[in-house]
Amino acid sequence: MKTIMNLCAAVLLLVMPAVAGAGGADMHLDKAPVNLQDRASLQRGVKLFTSRCLACHGASFMRYNRLKDIGMTEEEVKKKLELPEDVKIGSTMQAAMDTNTAKLAYGVAPPDLSVISRSRSADWLYTYLRSFHTDKTRASGWNNAIFPNVGMPHVLADLQGELELKIENQAGRESLKLVLVSPGSLKPAEYDAAITDLTNFLVFMGEPAKMVRTNLGMIVVGFLLVLFVLVFALKKEIWKDIH
Amino acid sequence: MTDKVDHSKRRWLLAATTAAGGVAAAGAGAPFVLSLMPSERAKAAGAPVEVDIGAIAPGTMISVEWQGKPVWIVRRTKQMLDLLPKHDAALADPASSVPQQPEYCHNPTRSIKPEILVVLGICTHLGCSPTFRPEVAPPDLGENWSGGWFCPCHGSRFDLAARVFRGVPAPTNLIIPPHKYLGDTKLLIGDDDTGGAA
Amino acid sequence: MMNLALKLVGWIDQRFPLVSTVKAHVTEYYAPKNFNFWYFFGSLALMVLVIQIVSGIFLTMNYKPDALSAFASVEYIMRDVQWGWLLRYIHSTGASMFFVVIYLHMFRGLMYGSYRNPRELLWIIGMILYLALMAEAFMGYLLPWGQMSFWGAQVIINLFSSVPIIGPDLAILIRGDYVVSDITLNRFFALHVIAIPLVLVLIVVAHLVALHHVGSNNPDGIDIKKHKDASGNPLDGIPFHPYYTIKDSLGAAGFLIVFCSILFFAPDMGGYFLEYNNFVPANSMKTPEHIAPVWYFTPYYAILRAVPPMFGSQFPGVVAMGVATVIFFFLPWLDRGNVRSIRYRGPIYKTFLALFVISFIGLGWLGLMPATPTYTAISRVLAVIYFAFFLLMPWYTRIDKCKPEPDRVTFK
Repeated sequence: MKTIMNLCAAVLLLVMPAVAGAGGADMHLDKAPVNLQDRASLQRGVKLFTSRCLACHGASFMRYNRLKDIGMTEEEVKKKLELPEDVKIGSTMQAAMDTNTAKLAYGVAPPDLSVISRSRSADWLYTYLRSFHTDKTRASGWNNAIFPNVGMPHVLADLQGELELKIENQAGRESLKLVLVSPGSLKPAEYDAAITDLTNFLVFMGEPAKMVRTNLGMIVVGFLLVLFVLVFALKKEIWKDIH
Repeated sequence: MTDKVDHSKRRWLLAATTAAGGVAAAGAGAPFVLSLMPSERAKAAGAPVEVDIGAIAPGTMISVEWQGKPVWIVRRTKQMLDLLPKHDAALADPASSVPQQPEYCHNPTRSIKPEILVVLGICTHLGCSPTFRPEVAPPDLGENWSGGWFCPCHGSRFDLAARVFRGVPAPTNLIIPPHKYLGDTKLLIGDDDTGGAA
Repeated sequence: MMNLALKLVGWIDQRFPLVSTVKAHVTEYYAPKNFNFWYFFGSLALMVLVIQIVSGIFLTMNYKPDALSAFASVEYIMRDVQWGWLLRYIHSTGASMFFVVIYLHMFRGLMYGSYRNPRELLWIIGMILYLALMAEAFMGYLLPWGQMSFWGAQVIINLFSSVPIIGPDLAILIRGDYVVSDITLNRFFALHVIAIPLVLVLIVVAHLVALHHVGSNNPDGIDIKKHKDASGNPLDGIPFHPYYTIKDSLGAAGFLIVFCSILFFAPDMGGYFLEYNNFVPANSMKTPEHIAPVWYFTPYYAILRAVPPMFGSQFPGVVAMGVATVIFFFLPWLDRGNVRSIRYRGPIYKTFLALFVISFIGLGWLGLMPATPTYTAISRVLAVIYFAFFLLMPWYTRIDKCKPEPDRVTFK
């Protein structure tokens, strides 16, 4: 039995670095500067989302009219997001491409993005969208440093430009680094800002009620504190009877 | 037990605590009750409907769905409109004084454009959907019938302005839903920019 | 007005024992006056049960127990139903807080010997409640139909298939299918919203009836019925109402502050109350990289993993996990100490109880971690301590040097 355990341990030790490698070869997640109060950023984010992501991905739990929560009127939603005639303001965000076509094109069905920020985290999305690099071994020509062999090509390459994954030798330690080899239409800082907006919107979309929740929470907990003080005083008064 | 109990303080504290507890209970209960109201999905499904009325032939009717209910749109002929005032005496509410229509339809034809009638196809008696009978004096409805709706459930009768006849179970005229014209042949049902009447 | 009310009560009382029931359980139920902080958790558990039932009913109005629409219906509740997000977070926070409260309530019992004669049956009813609660929580966790729901259920149900001979068929019987599927979801829904809640409510009533029959224990672990006043009421007892209704209200208000702080500011509690992977719809073709049960099951899960497979079977681990829960039932007969309360116990019991708490929390933490060799080794040590607390109890409680119990309760 002990041998079985040792064997298990040995297998685990062998597998673990491999798992770590699969997880992204020394790539740490960058902190996403998300700010749900920044409505301008959220509005830029949804614009980018509907014009780029919505081609293949749906957000089938998100209704367009919910964008009033980030300060967009129905008219603004229709105009700025260029809603097609047949899409109603109360409709949910559906992908332009149907799932089966997308699956044939990319090998996997593009996941629905409604709650992607809740399963993946803002930091992951922010890093992922900035970590695409060219890879000749892949049919799409693209790979991603934190999501190896991802099905999605770099759809924002025209904005970011092309990155290459290079091994860097620093003081005897090898590390992987993404290097811009051909610039896109945005400067790196501008691209990061655009991805911040997009991530910000994805976080908002993951839980549209979040702002209401925390604001209401202040009132509720504040009120409960008052209630607690009152009950405490009453309890103290009534328990004066007991000796 | 001590005899130095401050009764007024106790009463005051108890009243304050009970009041605060009551507010807490009401506050906690409100979201539960409000959750029973139509959801965003129900609202989206019940959103105003755009209808193209260009293809409706004179004297015929189309039926569209709005909030899950039938809305009829009839293009009345000149002849139909001329017959409308003739049977006022037989109607329960010929002048439509009961507010079953938005103010802009409070007129003899109960419509914005005289020839186009937009009406909610639900009988004001018990909610059946009446049958469209545009013909004049058919054998089963009698020679006084000059076109309108007949409710198969309990026999209520309405004329081509959806006004109810006297002596039938339905108490009031049919409801005219809020609507407006977006163009010459484009109608929006469910919204009229006034916050909705009817 | 007052007269009318009295008349109505009189009318009812001739037909239903209203006044006597209220007297027996509220206004003239004499509870020891020296209850401390730890005695809040009984009434709090009752409150959380009510919260769960009410929020559960409203969720049921919008949830769809169907593999194709369950995940979407939860998001429908979170977005489209008015205040639906609040209902859902109340229920999900309530599930975790139920276990927090119950674990503290059980720990109170351990500290003050609340399970001992004459309260053995009260303790056993409570333990049945605890097991029913675990079943309730487990089945409820499948309903959001996310990846963690699916694979959690898959793993736990597969434990049953390790039972010799009948195992595989038993697992199929539970699932109603060869994998966790729409059929499983549908039956778990029925059990979660009707069957187990009914049982829970009935057992709670039995728990309270038994409690009020034998009387409450107290932090001194002594019997307050030994000293009575002229009218036959215990000298150290006070009527439940108003003294404990108001005191428990204070506990409720304090609890609600904690509850609402989590609910409004951290409903997923860093992934422990709502796991991140559960925001990915269930996919029977792809297991998430790291799966762990919800935190309240992890002590047992760690014990399961700590036991190595024997004779090519996982069954011994499953047995160990089962024994770890069921062993609580035997506490009243394992404890041979002369006193009930930890206040008058000797150093040996105190040491064992402290070690037990450390092992329970430690196992809970390890159950969330991936099973590395180091962690497995630590799990084994802690699992041994966990069982030693119970199995050695008949000896160490007997040889432990107890302090003399006071005659009357301590009340400053």
